[in-house]
Amino acid sequence: MILDTLSNALTNNAIITAFFFVGLVTAISYWISTNLTNGYLHGSAIAIALGLLMAYFGGHLTGGDKGLADIPIFTGIGILGGAMFRDFAIVATAFGVDLKHLKNAGLIGAISVVFGVALSFFIGAIVAVMFGYNDAISITTIGAGAATYIVGPVTGTALSASTEIIALSVAVGLIKSILVMIVTPFVAPYIKLNNAESAMIFGGLMGTTSGVAGGLAATDPKLVPYGAMTATFYTGVGCLLAPSVLFLIVRALVS
Amino acid sequence: MVVYGVALLAFCMLTGIFLGDLLGQLIGVDANVGGIGIAMLLLIFMANIKNSFFEINLLTKSGVNFWSAMYIPIVVAMAAKQNVLAAISGGWMALIAGVLTVIISFMMIPVLYKLIKRN
Repeated sequence: MILDTLSNALTNNAIITAFFFVGLVTAISYWISTNLTNGYLHGSAIAIALGLLMAYFGGHLTGGDKGLADIPIFTGIGILGGAMFRDFAIVATAFGVDLKHLKNAGLIGAISVVFGVALSFFIGAIVAVMFGYNDAISITTIGAGAATYIVGPVTGTALSASTEIIALSVAVGLIKSILVMIVTPFVAPYIKLNNAESAMIFGGLMGTTSGVAGGLAATDPKLVPYGAMTATFYTGVGCLLAPSVLFLIVRALVS
Repeated sequence: MVVYGVALLAFCMLTGIFLGDLLGQLIGVDANVGGIGIAMLLLIFMANIKNSFFEINLLTKSGVNFWSAMYIPIVVAMAAKQNVLAAISGGWMALIAGVLTVIISFMMIPVLYKLIKRN
């Protein structure tokens, strides 16, 4: 009876539960960071990794597609971690942006976004070909998924690809997004991801808003607005290029 | 007042998303094109306005800064709601395509950075 009451209290106040839960996970992560890794692993990097791990178990337990948020008492995690609040917080980070850094933004952003979409697309397309896909629609859809997990299904639907191929393109995009979240803090020193310009290029090349948001949060939160600024254009550009120009290129190459 | 900051943030985000949707329709894409980027530019622009009608004071600032500080906790929640299971069950092709894309994109960052710095 006590458990039922507790579960009701948590479920009926879902977003408040999410506030508490995220605070708890953050506290545990920072404790692990200082006491077990001697500060080597950043607290927020551990928190993001823990979040992903719990998302895996959430998906395993419920069979749903929203990770931990499919468990009734954690539905608030889905709201707090959804696109609405994520984008609200991303916009807020722009408040501290230095206008000086944004002077060349247009050029850097445009180059890296278009280049990034094409680069990811062709890597995905080449891997698809290596795995034996030989029709232009499947190759294009998988390539589009390598851009982001939104570009994949949008392109697949536009070209009427099969549902299996569309699901595969989503999986490619999800792997990319999750990898970017986890790996970015570790590779940041080697690729000089420590200033506004390189953060913009990073956002433009990776393009996955979740990946870029998570990766930069764990690396240096001051870089978030610069990376997010370019990443936010990526999915739109991908949805524009993949089913049109890039599809035509693939079709010309395949036949 | 603190709520002015929150409202300003909301105004920028809604305007950005609206313009991003319009931009998408204009170029014939079923997606929002840069809405959040536009919202960020709008916020930066408004933060730099200084006149007698409109000036952002300390309390207003704290309304924006709160949400900026909530960024990492929100990202942790975002991580916890990812479809990690689907990513892992995508099989070898999805894994290899995803990993290769990330590795090569990372390697291109310093290359592109040098190219842009040179010009």
